[in-house]
Parts: sequence; C-alpha cells; structure tokens
Amino acid sequence: MTAYIGTPASRIDGRAKVTGEARYAADFNEQNLVYGAVVASTIPKGRIKHIDVSQALRVAGVLKVLTHQDRPQMAADDDAYKDDVAPEEGSPYRPLYDDKILFNGQPLALVLADDWETARFAATLVQVDYDAAPYVTDLQAQLSTAYVVPKPEKPRGDAAKAYAAAQVRHEAEYFIPTEYHNPMELFASTVHVDGAGKLTVYDKTQGVQNVQGYLSKIFAGSVQEFRVISPFVGGAFGAGLRPQYQVVLTVLGALALDRSVRLVLTRQQMYALGYRPATIERLALGANADGTLAAINHEAIAVTSQFEEFSRNDTGWSGLLYKSPNTKFVHKLVRLDVPTSSDMRAPGAATGVYALESAMDELAVALDIDPLELRLRCYSDRDQNENLPYTSKALHECYRQGADAFGWSQRNPKPRSMRDGADLVGWGMATGVWEALQMPVAARIVLTANGHAEVSCAASDIGTGTYTIVAQVAADKLGLPIENISVKLADSTLPQAPVEGGSWMAASASHAVASVADDIRDELLKLAKAVSGSPLAGAAGADVTLAGGRLVSRKDAGRAMSISDLMRHGGLDRMTKEKLNTFAQDHSHARNTHSAIYAEVKVDEQLGVIRVTRVVSAVAAGRILNPKTAGSQVMGSVVGGIGMALHEEAVYDHAFGRIMNANVAEYHMPVNADVHDIKVIFVDEPDDQVNPLGIKGVGEIGIVGVAAAIANAVYHATGKRVRDLPITLDKLKA
Amino acid sequence: MINFQYSRATDVADAVQQIAASTSAKFIAGGTNLIDLMKDDVERPTRLIDISRLPLKQVQQTADGGLHIGALVPNSDLAYHPLIEQHYPLVSSAIRAGASQQLRNMASTGGNLLQRTRCAYFYDTATPCNKREPGSGCSALTGAQRMHAILGASEACIAVHPSDLCVTLVALDAKVHVAGPAGARVIPFQDFHRLPGNTPHLDTNLHPHEIITAIELPAQGFAKNYSYLKIRDRLSYAFALVSVAAALELEGGKIKQARLALGGVAHKPWRVHAAEAALQGQVPDGTAFARAADLVLKDAKGYPHNMFKIDLARRATIRTLTQAAKGTPQPPSNKKIM
Repeated sequence: MTAYIGTPASRIDGRAKVTGEARYAADFNEQNLVYGAVVASTIPKGRIKHIDVSQALRVAGVLKVLTHQDRPQMAADDDAYKDDVAPEEGSPYRPLYDDKILFNGQPLALVLADDWETARFAATLVQVDYDAAPYVTDLQAQLSTAYVVPKPEKPRGDAAKAYAAAQVRHEAEYFIPTEYHNPMELFASTVHVDGAGKLTVYDKTQGVQNVQGYLSKIFAGSVQEFRVISPFVGGAFGAGLRPQYQVVLTVLGALALDRSVRLVLTRQQMYALGYRPATIERLALGANADGTLAAINHEAIAVTSQFEEFSRNDTGWSGLLYKSPNTKFVHKLVRLDVPTSSDMRAPGAATGVYALESAMDELAVALDIDPLELRLRCYSDRDQNENLPYTSKALHECYRQGADAFGWSQRNPKPRSMRDGADLVGWGMATGVWEALQMPVAARIVLTANGHAEVSCAASDIGTGTYTIVAQVAADKLGLPIENISVKLADSTLPQAPVEGGSWMAASASHAVASVADDIRDELLKLAKAVSGSPLAGAAGADVTLAGGRLVSRKDAGRAMSISDLMRHGGLDRMTKEKLNTFAQDHSHARNTHSAIYAEVKVDEQLGVIRVTRVVSAVAAGRILNPKTAGSQVMGSVVGGIGMALHEEAVYDHAFGRIMNANVAEYHMPVNADVHDIKVIFVDEPDDQVNPLGIKGVGEIGIVGVAAAIANAVYHATGKRVRDLPITLDKLKA
Repeated sequence: MINFQYSRATDVADAVQQIAASTSAKFIAGGTNLIDLMKDDVERPTRLIDISRLPLKQVQQTADGGLHIGALVPNSDLAYHPLIEQHYPLVSSAIRAGASQQLRNMASTGGNLLQRTRCAYFYDTATPCNKREPGSGCSALTGAQRMHAILGASEACIAVHPSDLCVTLVALDAKVHVAGPAGARVIPFQDFHRLPGNTPHLDTNLHPHEIITAIELPAQGFAKNYSYLKIRDRLSYAFALVSVAAALELEGGKIKQARLALGGVAHKPWRVHAAEAALQGQVPDGTAFARAADLVLKDAKGYPHNMFKIDLARRATIRTLTQAAKGTPQPPSNKKIM
C-alpha cells in the first residue's frame, strides 16, 4: 500500500505554478474591481490630531478615503479581534479603529480608487497631523523594564550554585536582531461582494478558517457570511499565521462601497507586520572535566509590543536536549512601541538553540573536547525537562551520518589551522531540535465510479508540498494512481483545519486523509457484501485493502472486486465521506524531531568576506512522506539559517523609531551566490508511537541550529567569536 | 508616486527642447532607479520624457583608437560587447558586479551615471535629508551610516555614489558627452560627479536641461593588468561597502602607469592621483601597494558605524592592485576572492 508514500513524487501543483495558472490572493479578478492604497503612520506613537483627506478626494477616480472617523462599523470588544493564534495576553491591534498610533507604519487611512495608480497617488495627498508621544524602540535601552514571563519548564537542582562550583565554566551573551519573514508574495487580499451580505475573501494566509472566524467576529453586525479562499501562498514563514491588517482594510473598503476591492501591501508596508523579535540570550554552562554538564543557566530577553504579549519558548530547548542535573531558565520580555512580534521560522528554537549551540561550542573549546564529542557526552535518551522517553530519537544517527557525509573526522580542532589559499577554512557543527506536533484536521473524499477521487481540506499549502503529500497518502490508501487524485485545499468551506504552522500539517493532514479513506474502504466493503456470491463476503474492514482500483482481501489477493463494479452494484456515481481525525492524548512520551548540522565556511583572511561553502543537514523526523518536497523544505530552511547567520537584520534608527532598510535590497537575505553545496540527509527513524503513520513533520527543523553551526565554523576559521548576529565582515575585524 | 505627464523625445534636440519647456520634468531611459524613487515619493517629476528610443545605442571605435558608447546602450550589452570585453575588461567586470542581470538588461549607460545614492534617509520621506530636501538636515550623521562615506563628505551629507561602472570610468579617464540648450560639450569623468559640500542635492555638474549622449573611452584600456574588486555584505546583489578599480601598465618589471579608483567610499567615484603617482616607477609589490593604499586613505574619516571601512578600503586596495599586477583579475561570477 505504499506506492507513493516515501517516494520523491514531484509537486502535483508544479505545472500550475510555473505556468502562472496558479492564482494567488491578488490574482482573483472581477470587473469593476476597486483598488486600495494604505496611508501609513510615520511616527511610532501618539494620536492622530487631524487627518485631512480633502485633497485626495478631489483626485478623479478616487471613490472614498476610509479613516478611523469614517469607516463601516467594526466590533468594539477585544475578543472579536483575537484570532486563533493571537497571544493570550493583551488587546489585539484593531486596524483603522481609533486615533491611537501604536507603531510606525500603522495604517491610518485607506484610499479607494478605480485603479491602483490613482489610489497610490491620492494616498500621497492625505495629510496627517500628529500628536506625537514619547516612544521606545530600542531593546538595549529598555532592559531595565524587562519582566519575567512564566514558562512551563521547572528548574532542576541549584543551577547557580552548580555553575559556581563547576570545574569548567562558560558564560556569554548572544544576540539575534529583529528579522522579517519577507515572503516573496506581498500580503494581499481581494474581497468579492457576492450580494445578500456575503463576501468572498481571497487572502494570503496560512489559515483560511482562522481568517474566516476573525472576520466573522469583527463584522458580525454587517456581514452574513464570509468565505475565505487561499489556494496558493507565495511563502509565509509564519507571517501569515495571524490575519494581517490588509484583510480587514479590504473588507472595510468592500463594505463602504458595496463593491469588490483589492489591496496589495507594498514591501515597505510589510515591515509593519509581525517579525522575529530581537532577542538577547544569556547562557552560563558549567561542566565537569569529563565533558558532562553540571549546570545550564539560560535566560532570554525578547521584544513584544505595548499592547500584546507575544513570546515563544527560547530557553526550554536547552533543558530538553542535554543531560544536566541543574538547570535554570528565565524568559523575559521588553515592551516596545512596535507591532507585536510573531512566529517566524522555528520561533523560539531558532533563537534559543542558536545561543545554546554556540555556547556548547565555546564550552567544547574551554574543555578541549571535540564539539561533536561534547554533544555525545551530554546526550540524553529522555526529554530532560519532563523526564520522559521519546517516541523515537535518532539524533545519534544524525550526528554520525552527518559527520560521515561531511568528513568531520578530518577536522583539525585548532582555530585558524585549516586553509585554502588566501581563505581560512572553518568547520562547525550544531544540534537542531523541534517538536513533532499534530492537530485535529478533517478531510473529505469524494470517490467517483470511474476511479477518481477528490480530496479536500481547509488546510493551506504555503509552498511546502501539502497538495502533493495529501495526494500521495490518498493514492496509497485508496489504491489509485496519483493522477486520479485531485486535491482541493484552503477554502474555509472545506473540512476543518487549523493554521498551517509548527510543522504539524504533514502529520495532521495525512492522518485525516488516511482516516477518511478507511471509511471509504469500509463503505465499499459494505457494497461488496451486498453483492450475491461476493468474494469478500466474510471480510472485516481490517481484512481488506484498496489496491490497483480494487478492494482486495489482505489474506488472499485473488479475492477482490473493482471499485467501479462495487459502485455500479450499489447504484452509486459517487461516494462522499468526511471525518475529523484527532490524535490520542498520550503524555507518556516526548515527541520531537532532531537534526545535526555541519557547516564549512571559507573566510578571506585579509578582507573578512565569508562564504558558506558546504552544509550537511542530517534530519531525523520519523517517516518522510516525500523526500523531494521535504528535502526542498530543509534546503530552504538551511538557506534561511545562512541568512540568519550572515545577513538578516532590520536596522532601526531609534531617533525616528523607524526601520531604515525596509525593503529587500537593503534587508539582506541570501542570494544564489551565497548558497553553495547543501546536502540533506533523512535519517531512518521508524516510529509507531508518535502516530499510526509514523510522521513527525519537517520545515522548522531545517533551520534550527544552522546559524550556530555557521557561527561555530566562523570561529573555527578565524579564532574570532562573534555572538551578535548577523556575522558581517566588520565584526570579524573588530 | 504622483501623477505625471508622459511624452517621447524624437531626437536629442527634441529631448532638450522638451525638458527645457517643462518644470520638474525628468528624462527616463531604463528607469531602474527613477521608478523606485518615484514610488517612494522621493522623485516627483510632473513629466517624464522618454528617451529610450533615441538612436544612442551604438558602440563605435573612435579615430584615436578609443570607444564611443551611446548613452542608451544597456548595461548588459555593454558588459558583454566584444570591444569592451577585449579592450576594457575592467568596465565589463564592474558592470557585472552590479545589480542583477534583469536590472542590467534595463539600465542604460547614461542612467548608470545618474543613479542616486542608496542612503536610507534619502529614500525615506519621513526623515530629514539634505539631498532630498535641502536644509532639512542629515539624518545619517547620527543615524544608520554603515554604508556611508569615509572620504570627501561634509556635515551636510555623508552619502555615497552607488555605481560600479563609474568607478572604472573615472579610473580610465572617460569623458561624458552631453547636449543641452547651449549646445554640446564634453565633461571629463572626474569632473562629472560632485562632492556634497553644502549642496548635496546636486549629484553632478550637468547643467539644467542637459542630456548625456555618450561616454567616450580613450584608447588605453589596461586589458592586461586590471581588476575590479567589490566587497559587500552578501556575495551578489548588494551595494559596495568598498569597491576598488585598479589598472596597471607594467614595463620591465615596474609600474609605468597606474590607475586607482574606489567606490562606496565617497559622494563620487573616488580616484586618487597621488596614489597613482606614487606607484609610477615602482616595482609592483606589497610595499608599493601598501604605500598607495595609505595615500588613498590619508584623509579618510569614519563615523561610528562605518569606521571599519577605512581599514577595509586599505586592504581591498592592496588586494586589487595585487590582482591587477598578477594578471589574475577578480572574476565577476566566482565569489571567491582571488
């Protein structure tokens, strides 16, 4: 039954994407579409004293300018604005709600016009008179205001005392600046007015039902029904988990004019959405001379907004990963006059594990032990925070296979000891860890008598390959060729799915499809039994399987009936089944994915120019449904890790409270020239405990630890330890 | 972006006449910088005069063995033109170090000279900038200035010129042919761009209503011993922290003639005659190159975020001269520094 699962099937949506047939949020056209343009705040905090739209309204083609003073009705309570993944604490931002300015780039007005150019021009004519207030945007300057946020991990022993008494100590502070997701596709919404109080919203989002629920609450008084559709997403990386302000503004425009509206944000405006918070991490590791850990102290200080409390768990990973009798974790937040921070590419882990794995490398140097050997000496077969066994943990194999593929044993441990002409060569490694999450997801299968099936679910495919793996699982479970499977995703009217995030969708959607496919099988078996003289008369559901377009006895392949015959006998053209799959709540085991990352850098000794010439990422993530799409995900994540290590930083000017590189020319991410040889290895990790199909999911696991492996390689090459990211060439010389 | 009128110029004279007749009009050729600036509301022309169809796309040899390059030759065409690749590989190399293939396909030779600085404050209309709004102040002086000038700056402006091509054109003694209401004239490349002084809103010495018609290269192209080295924060598609164009004429184991210019360090492509003179007659070795680099940076002044550029420029100058002397120029596509 595994003709497709585990094979490197090509994307079933690949052709649509490369031919332009795939339509994204801003591609859904309608005659007489109205276009919006946002007027954004140029100060970080204060009030709108006066907003003058008269000049804008005089421009031919301008239909309306919405402001907080002139807009359709919106809900007045915080609950309405809390989406499924909003932080628990705080009051979510309400777009265009009142005169308060909470962050730079906040939308203050929406100009609606017959075409985009007119709207954009008129937007420049809107005059805003501010009542500016004192603001804070600098994390370093506000450290005295940091407050502790409780996290679940319990301390073990007495970490302060154990650290003080440790034979070998390493203590340092690491810094990750504000980073932005910068998906290729701009945030956009197109709202079609369907009449009778119904609106169809084409949105760039990682969760159509999240957006649907959010809009339904905000506009409960004026809209009967929202349908949210997002068949294709041009990257998101967490930016599309929460509904973004453009979708609210687009709906406001549609309601104000009773016409269909499109709003596409500019790249600059996207820097007023969520971001990975700037984070200070302090590690104090105490070790015994034999390379075992005596103490882990891990403190993180991250940024949130003044109005919401967003935080992820940076520090828990160090307690989870390594054996240490004494641990202490402190997580703090600083409130700044900025938008609320958000999930971005392995939130918490990418930052926390960067610091941990850099500190472990420094400890290895202090101990004069090979960095890989140190990890092995601190290795734990149990989740150290909860003292639980794992459903599976093939990290040992990741270390080994990664080291073999990379050639780690050839490493000279001495910094600046390896060379290639004018380049210093550095080899670094790090561990990665993420959670194997799984969520309730429902799926529907419509099987037609000609042996085709349509599988549908509200889940999004954010470019990761969800369409393809859903088709693979359905093809195997229904015993049909993959060409006979069509997949519909990301429509809020389809069966229930949560936001696509946390690397949970592969496991969650696959089990939903498998589970409803079993219902199809059982229904076909019923039909089989109704046939007189049926070869499957005595069979139970578990005794039969679908294969080659037939319902077949597992015991005797000779006993079989074709799907088309069965449906003809039953008088059915089509058979529809829908089911919500939930996972057993089993807290007896920890569920995690792991990785080992090995990186090679070459650094021009005179000029400090850094090139990441090789990366090997060995990943243990249970059963890999599709090594091609999963491999692409991990490869992309490694590229994200290169960016985190060497390039990415939103540069603030605190004199203005503004980001000065709010574009993709000056906010650097790796380009092709920065990406060389990346080898992804999936380590075999059979796991019948994590879930029936043994799937853990990939995505986030690909980035965790990459920045540390590169930073450690840079140290090995140059002897210079740079602890504040990104590692630019000036920091090597400082 | 504001609304604007659009018209096409039929010939150079018509272009000049059209621009002289309108207030705040701009020529548009490739538009690779102008359109961005218009979208950001930094440039607010009321009229765009499209010169992209003018017959200025020829690359021709001149009587004295040089090259006459029409102002509208696309950057890509120029970089891969056989005469450029053969006789002026320094120019080819610099063009290929800039922007992306798609941008180079659109960008014109003349437009390359007229691209504006990438200073973030110049681009952000929410902040003061003397270049954008004379008299409003220079935000970069106390702000994000990592990319900014270490040479020739003023209290009014510490922005840098972003071009790669121009660094080589100044090194090679190019000339800029322009036409205007008062007729045609020729500007030595060295005098084309300006230092900021207290008029940073003026990037060049073009007179009002003048149009660039051609770039002229002299016969000597230094095709044997040259290199263009660009140091940046990622390995492609980034502006220079520092770039260096070096060209040498070697004879009998000594430097007969040297050319040296830097990009990313000043408000204009920065050529240093004193360093060139110091190299003349010397054996091309590390000592001579270090002395030349010292002369380049003698008057350098850094700011808190860009102090590193002084030492980086020094090292890059030495490396580029070394590459040139060895005849192993920095390849534009391989990012390993030779």
